[in-house]
Amino acid sequence: MNNLGITFVATALMLALFFFLVRYDRHRAVTAQVGFFRRNGALVGTYLVLGVGIWMLFTFIMPMVFMVDLSFHHKLPPSKVGGPEDVYTLDNYRMFLFGSTTSTDSLNWLHLRSFFMTIFISILITLVTFAIAYPLAYYMAQVARMQVLRLLLLLLVIPYWVNDILRAFAFRIVMAENGFLNQFLQGIGLTHGPIDFLGQNIALYVALCYSHLLLMTFPLYNAIEAQDHNQIEAARDLGAPWWHIHLFVVMPHAKPGIASGMTLCFMLTAGAVATPMVLGGPNSLWFTPIVYDRFYQLFDWPQGAAYAIVLLLACIAFVFGVLKLTGLKLGEITK
Amino acid sequence: MTSAIELEKVRITFGTFTAVHETDLQIRDGEFFSFLGPSGCGKTTLLRTISGFVQPSSGHVRIGGADMAGIGPNKRPTALIFQNLALFPMMSVAENVAYGLRVRGVGKSEREARALKLLDQVALSPHAHKKVSALSGGQKQRVAIARALAVEPKVLLLDEPLSALDLKLRQHMRRELREIQQRVGITFIYITHDQGEALNMSDRIAVMNAGRIEQVGHGREIYANPQSAFVASFVGESNVIPGRVAAVGNGLAHVETPLGRLAGRVGLGPDGSAPIALSAGDEAQLFVRPEQIRLVAPDQPRPACGFGARLRDLSFEGSMTHLELDAGLGMPCNASFMTSNAGALPEIGTDLALQFDPLDAIVLRQEGRAA
Repeated sequence: MNNLGITFVATALMLALFFFLVRYDRHRAVTAQVGFFRRNGALVGTYLVLGVGIWMLFTFIMPMVFMVDLSFHHKLPPSKVGGPEDVYTLDNYRMFLFGSTTSTDSLNWLHLRSFFMTIFISILITLVTFAIAYPLAYYMAQVARMQVLRLLLLLLVIPYWVNDILRAFAFRIVMAENGFLNQFLQGIGLTHGPIDFLGQNIALYVALCYSHLLLMTFPLYNAIEAQDHNQIEAARDLGAPWWHIHLFVVMPHAKPGIASGMTLCFMLTAGAVATPMVLGGPNSLWFTPIVYDRFYQLFDWPQGAAYAIVLLLACIAFVFGVLKLTGLKLGEITK
Repeated sequence: MTSAIELEKVRITFGTFTAVHETDLQIRDGEFFSFLGPSGCGKTTLLRTISGFVQPSSGHVRIGGADMAGIGPNKRPTALIFQNLALFPMMSVAENVAYGLRVRGVGKSEREARALKLLDQVALSPHAHKKVSALSGGQKQRVAIARALAVEPKVLLLDEPLSALDLKLRQHMRRELREIQQRVGITFIYITHDQGEALNMSDRIAVMNAGRIEQVGHGREIYANPQSAFVASFVGESNVIPGRVAAVGNGLAHVETPLGRLAGRVGLGPDGSAPIALSAGDEAQLFVRPEQIRLVAPDQPRPACGFGARLRDLSFEGSMTHLELDAGLGMPCNASFMTSNAGALPEIGTDLALQFDPLDAIVLRQEGRAA
């Protein structure tokens, strides 16, 4: 079977799995449902199925399946692709784990360390972003009056009109050794020498946190806003101190928003490319630039695909971890 | 008897809007006290002031003798039942009831036992581990009551908790609330716009209008001796007949009205004992309840305190039959009869002679005029 055939078969399997999961997710739902086509009409129904189906197929499933397939191949010149040398191999994953395609004697510490540090720091950044976004979201959803809310929303959204790369370079200027922040800190006498924000990766972490604040704030805001304010007052009336109300009344209610904000923030932080490239210090080893290098420095697409898939698996694991922790189902995250 | 709640010169303003004008009030220990008034009269604001969510702009709120200034709702010995109940949907019935105990650091097994005991009292223990959303309206109501009682408050505040229930259930819950109040023996403060609820359950009622308490007293007292035009019309129905006082004597005021000379008792003053000072020439209003008006048979002579009117409409509402009358000069008037006593009803459009006993009518000074 050739590559293209496998790609198609795997895609078909993925689709079958998807519909199986959908059915499985609905196993206890309403039994007497009106059929999809009867509800929408044959034409509109067909359009929806074909439209969404083709979109999913060509923009999401097929490229993904192609990348997975690619990651199990050797790097070959175009003339040899599909030839006798084009066999399946685990070499690219072996490379990630051991730093060599032949020996398994020593682990590839450089890449493994970078991978786990990226995951670990992304989790930390997600938690910090949550800690910043939660009070803000709560204030916006339950306390702020309409005019204040509008102003806050505007202040939150406008910085996102600035693109990623411009923001990253702006951070670089502000946080440079003789940049504004260091001069300010020394000016008010808080520090004596300049702090190496860039070299210590502080600038990178701050920028990552900042860029995903909005993505954390909005799901939280939506979830908290849906809570009846009387519930908060009832808890207070029953004697609860403020932290108890947040921990046991507001947060359990906002769980879908928290899960959704956290997964979004984590994925985009762990997968950020431009920000770590611009703001990473000399000893920064964010994982995405390493993946990027596989593609564009080594021109080894199969290896790059393998590295990217490892990162993807870590992100999926994180999502399921969050779901497990919060006791939510995948569908509930979008509530 | 000690007072559970004391409001001293309490005034509540929001910006330039005065929600509650200066109010003095004492609510006794163990009393079922209702605030009755139309929506927007300030009754909920007053309740939220007692529970601590609203700070009075001036004056003092005392609960059990202690001044509550600066004490938050979580530190007050009151528990509030919200209009929409505000149960916690992410907790089970038992966890809802136990929430106040959990906040107070009561151990898990003890608070569960206490929650179950409370749920038993409201006949809900079989549902203890269900989700709140699985309960019916009346059951949710009882969970809210159990949750509030769990913290053993000195005062239970209820903000129109029955308004979302259907009629039958509402009547059932009235009895049940009254029973619970008598069993636990604490003060209940009940907010409602439904005079039936207030009259039915309360030991005393404060009738509120436009940020002021117009009258405080037992339901019967308020019904029999309204001290203001608002109370006379809001608590039960009243026909209002304006006129000028012609003579006062023997506790009766004779009023010259467009319907002729009518008489009624002189209304009581704000202290509830002495009648107000009325003298000939004062502008006054005569209030007479529809059920106090009787038909005069055509063969009888016209009575001393009577008037004529044309029957405009007649509506039958089960035990009562209501007559809509037009007394001329654009004066609508209502009369009600027990259907069983009404006998042969007149036809619509006929002219009728009507009368009432002056002792059943009240004469008050026309409001908004010089006293």
